[in-house]
Amino acid sequence: MLRKIAVPVLAIVAFLGLWELLVWVNDWPNYKMASPSDLPPAFWRYKELFLTMGWQTLWRTVAGLLLAVVFGTAIGMIIGFSKIARDALYPLLVGFNAIPKATLVPVISLIFIGQHDFNTILMAFMISFFPIAVSVGIGLSTLEPEYRDILRALGASRLTIFRKIALPKTLPEFFGALKVSATLAFIGTNLVEIISPHGRGLGALFKSGETNGDYPLMFAVLIALAFLGILLYYAVIILERIFAGWAEREAS
Amino acid sequence: MPVLDGLDVAVPEGTFAAVVGPSGCGKSTLTRLVAGLMKPDEGEVWLHGERVKGPRKTVGMAFQNPVLLEWRTILDNVILPLEIVATGMSRADRIARAMELLDMVGLTGFENKRPSELSGGMRQRASLCRSIVHKPDVLIMDEPFGALDAFTREDLWQTMRDLRRAEPFTAVLITHDLRESVFLGDQVIVLSGRPARTQYVMDVDLPEDRTLDSLYTPKAAEMLHILRDQIKIAQGRNPEEH
Repeated sequence: MLRKIAVPVLAIVAFLGLWELLVWVNDWPNYKMASPSDLPPAFWRYKELFLTMGWQTLWRTVAGLLLAVVFGTAIGMIIGFSKIARDALYPLLVGFNAIPKATLVPVISLIFIGQHDFNTILMAFMISFFPIAVSVGIGLSTLEPEYRDILRALGASRLTIFRKIALPKTLPEFFGALKVSATLAFIGTNLVEIISPHGRGLGALFKSGETNGDYPLMFAVLIALAFLGILLYYAVIILERIFAGWAEREAS
Repeated sequence: MPVLDGLDVAVPEGTFAAVVGPSGCGKSTLTRLVAGLMKPDEGEVWLHGERVKGPRKTVGMAFQNPVLLEWRTILDNVILPLEIVATGMSRADRIARAMELLDMVGLTGFENKRPSELSGGMRQRASLCRSIVHKPDVLIMDEPFGALDAFTREDLWQTMRDLRRAEPFTAVLITHDLRESVFLGDQVIVLSGRPARTQYVMDVDLPEDRTLDSLYTPKAAEMLHILRDQIKIAQGRNPEEH
């Protein structure tokens, strides 16, 4: 248990040390690259802003991610169970995913003018549902027929087969995708916060740091975002342990 | 082209039919027809005086792959069919029934393990328990011992024999192993190559309480020899060739 915490913490400390060393050896000024030792003062100075704006970013990201889970799973079920739907939807989904989401920010901020929270959540959702849809779809469509047959031969309904077999069997793939989506959703939130500034979220704080030439603040925002990303990632890991812990095997 | 054509098999109630035939002759299609998972284009399947029109609760199935659910314990895997067909049964009764079977196949003490913690032979034992936990009239097995090593397979044959003694059911076993068909079967049905039809039916003339040693008697050797020749014919080869 101690090792489980100590190893990642040591890795982070080593990373910060290397960063500090790099800035120190090159004698970079703050506007080129802030060093880790510049960050605590920046956090301290703006601590209230970090808390309120960090919260704004976090809740909107989580809301977008929850939407992605609901819609991603629904789309995954459709393409997982129907070959026709799969053929029809895959090109659309892949095409949509290939569009750089930054280009969509002006589009949605024009459609839903002034609805900042909604826009931000929508973007977090749009950028993060794809991995979930694809992996749920693959999980369901690759279910070995024998698994279905053991219940189908007893006259079980499709719903029962889904609930007792297909759903739990897909959970490991689902959580794998959710880990990717959780970090993607932050990118979506911040795209809106930075490209379409409305004074909310860590993206807005980053923007104001840029405007004021406050480089340590900008780096501090990046670190805060990384911290939130790690937080959400581990929240997903905990859920995975609870619901799909059976899939983990002891390393031999 | 039909997979099965002119296939006419009758399995008397309570007996054990072993079906052998060349690879790809449609044996698995036969199991899916009997289980009601597939409808025949032509012809009929009857079970216990009723025409099979779809899946029925009184059928048990076992496959080469034990198909155990990784997220359930061995006990909960065995209980699974009861959750579908015996919805009124209490959890305690389900557990008692599953434990009785697990005990018969020698898995007492493993009921709370996950499938991944068991050996291949043990997983197949658990799978057999699951296939008969709801007391099916008919047990359909599609090469259940095919992926096991020779000695484990022989152990499982004896387990199957003992299970049948304790729980009467009609059995259809698809296999590639002639010794297995003679050891377990009351009759052995040889299917021809595609499209499969009944090519040969043999009543196994060995004592009820056969042991592995029964397979090394002259009578068994003679039956195995006849079956071997029939397989060659089914494969389209001359039985005189070696």
